[in-house]
Amino acid sequence: MSTSQTTTTEHHPALAHQFDSMEQQQDASTFGMWVFLLTEIMMFGGLFTAYLIYRLKYYPAFVAGSTSISVGWGFANTLVLIGSSFTMAMAVWAAQKGYRKSQVWLLLATMVLGAAFLGVKAKEYYDKWDECHIPGHVIGKGFNTWGGCSVTNKSLGNIAEEIRDPKHHGNPNIPEGAAEQTARQTEIFFSFYFAMTGLHAFHMVIGLGLLTWLLLRARGGEFGPSYYTPVELGGLYWHFVDIVWIFLFPLLYLISRHQHGV
Amino acid sequence: MSTATAIVKPVMPERHYLNDNYGIRSWLLTKDHKRIAILYLFSISFFFLLGGIFAALIRLHLLTPNGELFQADTYNKLFTMHGVNMVFFFLIPSVPAVLGNFLMPIMVGAKDLAFPKVNLLSWYIYMVGATFSLIAMVSGGVDTGWTFYAPLSSGYLRTHVIAMAVGILFAGFSSIFTGLNFIVTVHRMRAPGMTWGRLPLFVWANYAASLIMILGTPVLAITLILLALERGFHIGIFDPKLGGDPVLFQHMFWFYSHPAVYIMILPGMGVVSEIVTCFSRKRVFGYSFIAFSSIAIAVFGFVVWAHHMFVAGISVYSALVFSLLSYAVAIPSAVKVFNWTATMYKGSVKMDTPMLYAVAFIGLFTIGGLTGLFLAALGLDVHVHDTYFVIAHFHYVMVGGMVTAYMGGLHFWWPKLTGRMYPEAPAKLAAIVTFIGFNLTFFPQFILGYLGMPRRYWAYPPEFQVLNVLSTAGASILSVGFILPLLYFLYSLKYGEVAGDNPWQATGLEWETSSPPPTHNFHQIPVVTKEPYAYGEDAEVPVVH
Amino acid sequence: MQSNIPIFPEQASSMAAQVDSLYLFLVLITTFFSLLIAILILIFAIKYRRTPERQAEQIHGSTLLEIIWTVIPLGISMVIFVWGAVIYYHMERAPSNPLEIYGVGKQWMWKFQHPNGQREINTLHVPTGRDVKVTMISQDVIHSFFVPAFRVKQDVLPNRYVFTWFRATVPGTYHLFCSQYCGTKHSGMVGDVIVMTPDDYSTWLASGKAEGSLASLGEKAFQQYGCTTCHRPDSGARGPNLQGLFGRPVRLVDNRVVLADDNYIRESILEPNAKVVSGFQSIMPTFRGVVSEDEIIAITEYIKHLAPQEANPLNNRSTPTQIRDSEVPNIQQQNMQQEKQQQENKQQPQKTPQGTRPANPSGKKP
Repeated sequence: MSTSQTTTTEHHPALAHQFDSMEQQQDASTFGMWVFLLTEIMMFGGLFTAYLIYRLKYYPAFVAGSTSISVGWGFANTLVLIGSSFTMAMAVWAAQKGYRKSQVWLLLATMVLGAAFLGVKAKEYYDKWDECHIPGHVIGKGFNTWGGCSVTNKSLGNIAEEIRDPKHHGNPNIPEGAAEQTARQTEIFFSFYFAMTGLHAFHMVIGLGLLTWLLLRARGGEFGPSYYTPVELGGLYWHFVDIVWIFLFPLLYLISRHQHGV
Repeated sequence: MSTATAIVKPVMPERHYLNDNYGIRSWLLTKDHKRIAILYLFSISFFFLLGGIFAALIRLHLLTPNGELFQADTYNKLFTMHGVNMVFFFLIPSVPAVLGNFLMPIMVGAKDLAFPKVNLLSWYIYMVGATFSLIAMVSGGVDTGWTFYAPLSSGYLRTHVIAMAVGILFAGFSSIFTGLNFIVTVHRMRAPGMTWGRLPLFVWANYAASLIMILGTPVLAITLILLALERGFHIGIFDPKLGGDPVLFQHMFWFYSHPAVYIMILPGMGVVSEIVTCFSRKRVFGYSFIAFSSIAIAVFGFVVWAHHMFVAGISVYSALVFSLLSYAVAIPSAVKVFNWTATMYKGSVKMDTPMLYAVAFIGLFTIGGLTGLFLAALGLDVHVHDTYFVIAHFHYVMVGGMVTAYMGGLHFWWPKLTGRMYPEAPAKLAAIVTFIGFNLTFFPQFILGYLGMPRRYWAYPPEFQVLNVLSTAGASILSVGFILPLLYFLYSLKYGEVAGDNPWQATGLEWETSSPPPTHNFHQIPVVTKEPYAYGEDAEVPVVH
Repeated sequence: MQSNIPIFPEQASSMAAQVDSLYLFLVLITTFFSLLIAILILIFAIKYRRTPERQAEQIHGSTLLEIIWTVIPLGISMVIFVWGAVIYYHMERAPSNPLEIYGVGKQWMWKFQHPNGQREINTLHVPTGRDVKVTMISQDVIHSFFVPAFRVKQDVLPNRYVFTWFRATVPGTYHLFCSQYCGTKHSGMVGDVIVMTPDDYSTWLASGKAEGSLASLGEKAFQQYGCTTCHRPDSGARGPNLQGLFGRPVRLVDNRVVLADDNYIRESILEPNAKVVSGFQSIMPTFRGVVSEDEIIAITEYIKHLAPQEANPLNNRSTPTQIRDSEVPNIQQQNMQQEKQQQENKQQPQKTPQGTRPANPSGKKP
């Protein structure tokens, strides 16, 4: 672009050699990020589709499994993530305006909230471990044979009981035999619970890594009105991961809270 | 080269991307798309060789009906590893990652791809995937078949399925990054005057393939992750013993793997469009029809996956829909074939090696495509499904199509890659030998398939032996056709004639820069003022220095 | 030479000729278009070969031609689509009143059971001139039942019954292949389909050492697993009455209506709480891992043979009464017909000498 070369005022230090101008660079980078998020949507989409198929097939078990995870913590985590999206959006704004200190603090706040989310997730995972709700096994046989759990102990038992316990929104009219079978099928629910939240948490960890990198660069004062693309792209990614959670939360935590199926 | 214009003997440019700097670091840390293309060329050639050796062993084994050469489990590993290597580590990256990587930025008039670091990363990710797959192969192999059908792969076989799945997962991410780079480059990096209507058809074809890479591959990734989780932790996603559904695996697998065959053929079609126009010295016939048929194939390709499952226990009505849609993909393919043929009409045709490969492609792809109609026809597919008919069909498309196009493209752009010509006479011989060997190998398999010989059989009834022997004989000829180019390409690196910027007197921006191109592709960013394939316009050499 | 290289498989079923005619039509189309393209390329390559005197004539394209070569392939492919769909539809629809044979696939063998209790492994005897419906399930991975001479193929799944059907026409021995890769000895999962004349077939049926009809084996299993404790035809029963159940719609607790077919019965044994009949509680334990696929088939066959509801009017809670009879296809009639036929089959053999298997009539393999 020999003509436009003369119109661009100066060669910005962040301008990569393959681009003609900062506008082209930002435009291409943002477009690339959107294309990447499209691939992410397809990836989560495949997982969501499989989840929905099994949810239709084993609806009562999915209700029972969903009842056994904590809506309170899930909701708290939703708020935490929405908060982090807000601080992230503010960080992008600060970068755009060139407010160096605000950038750093806002990015740090986002990271703290992200870490808090992961902390809560870890607590929830530990609860599942404690209740023997971890699906599958490596050695031994049957559902819940991790960490000293066995088929006979509380694992199946507590879900089967909860299915029939009105205190846990259960239905006492459900016969014991049926409750036990349903409890056994919750293994598939938990498989998806861990696969979906695990993949999401993995994205959060990558997000934290990205934020750390952005934080270091923001501290060095790299971002300002003429160049803030990395912060903007980090923001896009972070919002995407949040949105995935916005879908995960109702899908996993809020299946028919008012009553058990069968 | 050909006509009287070559009065001045061409000389190698003083500085180009190959001699800009030296040393292993300058290659392993390069961000130059051309060097990355060369890295890919070496990597995929290795896997092509490996996959070829497996193929040769398979054919050798099938000389006798009773399975005398290998044990059954060894044979199963051979065909699995042949399939995995060829599909995921050779065919999918072949034209896009080598020729596409090299040419896409130059063809649109850019200095590099939009994200050179991501491009290098994609090669490293490919190598990580390749390492996993090599580990799986060396430590005992995998015998699931390249389709990994559950619950066989998730719960029954004792081989290294997880390592192989992880290897493919990485290879998949590598192709996602390549696709992403191509899409952004085509959208945002075109030179002044390079409108969408002026893009070379090679760019259109790779753009369409990139769409599939970015939209389909993630689904394969999640499918393989679920498979590995099921296998590793014994959870029931696909295994009915644990409450899963094995047919769901097939849906998810083919949702990627059917469109993936278009990743494997579309870029080949792009190569052929370039070669046919150049060697007919003619504008392409029906530019927009060829361009849009690529996009049509990519889009329709996403809604036909269940035609691999007509006998898998899906409902009659969904089978009807998928069969109907499969014919929708056939039409744009037919349109391309007719347009290429029409491009030769009243041209000035020269049958140099690339053109030999291109016309071989058109012929073999026609047979491969038409036999696809057999498989899309519901009542007939019931009989030929999972037989050698299917094997023959997709080898006509994959080898007769994509590998032929890849070889054609490699010859066509070899002078651009290296600055030197390959020797014409042995190259022509290799093209002809490949064509004969290929047909002798795979044509008997159509007959075998209709007779009912199932695929993946270690031993087979004796009445199928004659056709199998013919096929093996063909394979030995075919292998000569593939080894010859390896030899004369290496020879040409040192002794080949210096090619000059535009040995074929072709149009296209890649021929306007020097051979090999400088690191930043152009000494001056070109301004495009002409339609693509403007062969008639200023009769002879359109060189701009 | 010709006898050594077969190029066409035998036609031994009513379907074979239909499939082959579509195949030949497609071979014709393929040959025509491949030759058309090849000859055009050849002509253009020679006629328009590069010479110093002649320049290429630039042509941009022709919308008319594009339309022509879009519409003609579209038309042809629609013909192929409809043709293929018609054959497929025919293949996928169960024939009325077939001879029912059950198959179980496992790594790496085929097991078949005939209605009279005759069992065989890796061979399947069938009569000519009669629709044979093979209902199959797998014990482990996915297999595929493939008889090239009949042009039939069906993947055999581990989680539900699938069926295929054929009407054999020519007596002989034909290949049976597993065509879905199923592990190490996939290519060993082969067998013979032996097609016999109806007379020879009934002779063969009688010659085996069947321990009683499939239904009677099912009855034994039914009692052995204690099913009779709950599934009784009286008003105090804790489980639905199964008499006359098969093939009829059943209303479930959630008001859905499902058809009581093979898959429903199998699911009810393995996952009893998945589809609980209206008016009953889900108290039945699962029999997963307890009862084998063979036994489920036998029990299903037994349930099919249970007399219809009218004979036992005591249990008015039982399912069929909840659905009006007008909604029900004439299943009972079919059942009765079938039974009659089976009785005939049973009677015939008594006249023929036992113990000797009939020689393969006009064996296929040279």
